[in-house]
Amino acid sequence: MNYINQMTLKFDSLSINEAFARSAVSAFCVGLNPTLDDIIDIKTAVSEAVTNCVVHAYPNKIGSIELWVGLTEDTIHISIKDEGVGIEDLKLAMEPFYTTKQGDERAGMGFTVMESFMDKVDVKNRDSGGLEVFMKKKITKKITKQGIINGC
Amino acid sequence: MEITKKETNGTLYINFEGELDENTAHFVKEKLSESVLTPEIKQVIFNLEKLEFMDSTGIGVLIGRYKKFSEKNVPIFILNPSKHVDKILKMTAIYQIMPKLN
Repeated sequence: MNYINQMTLKFDSLSINEAFARSAVSAFCVGLNPTLDDIIDIKTAVSEAVTNCVVHAYPNKIGSIELWVGLTEDTIHISIKDEGVGIEDLKLAMEPFYTTKQGDERAGMGFTVMESFMDKVDVKNRDSGGLEVFMKKKITKKITKQGIINGC
Repeated sequence: MEITKKETNGTLYINFEGELDENTAHFVKEKLSESVLTPEIKQVIFNLEKLEFMDSTGIGVLIGRYKKFSEKNVPIFILNPSKHVDKILKMTAIYQIMPKLN
């Protein structure tokens, strides 16, 4: 696929980096002129995927998380990878309200939120270990003054 | 993330301000333990007007508060969620346990 713009970030699996990751993706996507609703949906999905890495990928240690974003004309593509323990039963993990951390006040809704807020979500265990979440969303463009002028 | 509380005539208003995610969840849980409920409090209202962001970790925190407060028979209501917060609350059916006030 030909992307008009791409970026990659690598950061530690610390919960403070969740806000960093979602803000970075939001800032990177601004060039496509998306609506605020789309941006918030994307930020939420990124937050869910990064939270999974922070909470589940690296039990009792800090590992690294790699975030990639690719833009095509009207679609935002995102990949979030870790080098952690992966998920044994992906089908089960993606069911609503399923959590391995019962009693830890967890909703078990992370993948469900990603699937609701994005157009497509693919999750796979990586051959080299860890998990990759790939997701994309076609965006609605905000109407700008320039856009109206160009359109005429 | 900031949590402020105000009691008026048996209603405890809890104001959420900021972003509720994995990083701030612990702080919110600590601030909202059962000990905030005095015998005078008959209901709790979560005012989410200034909650700018929430993901499913926040949903877990809300469900946790519901479990703790319902043990003391104190119902929780949601007030003024932003469009985004409203969307995630609806999607996860939270309003079935914490009705939204108009």
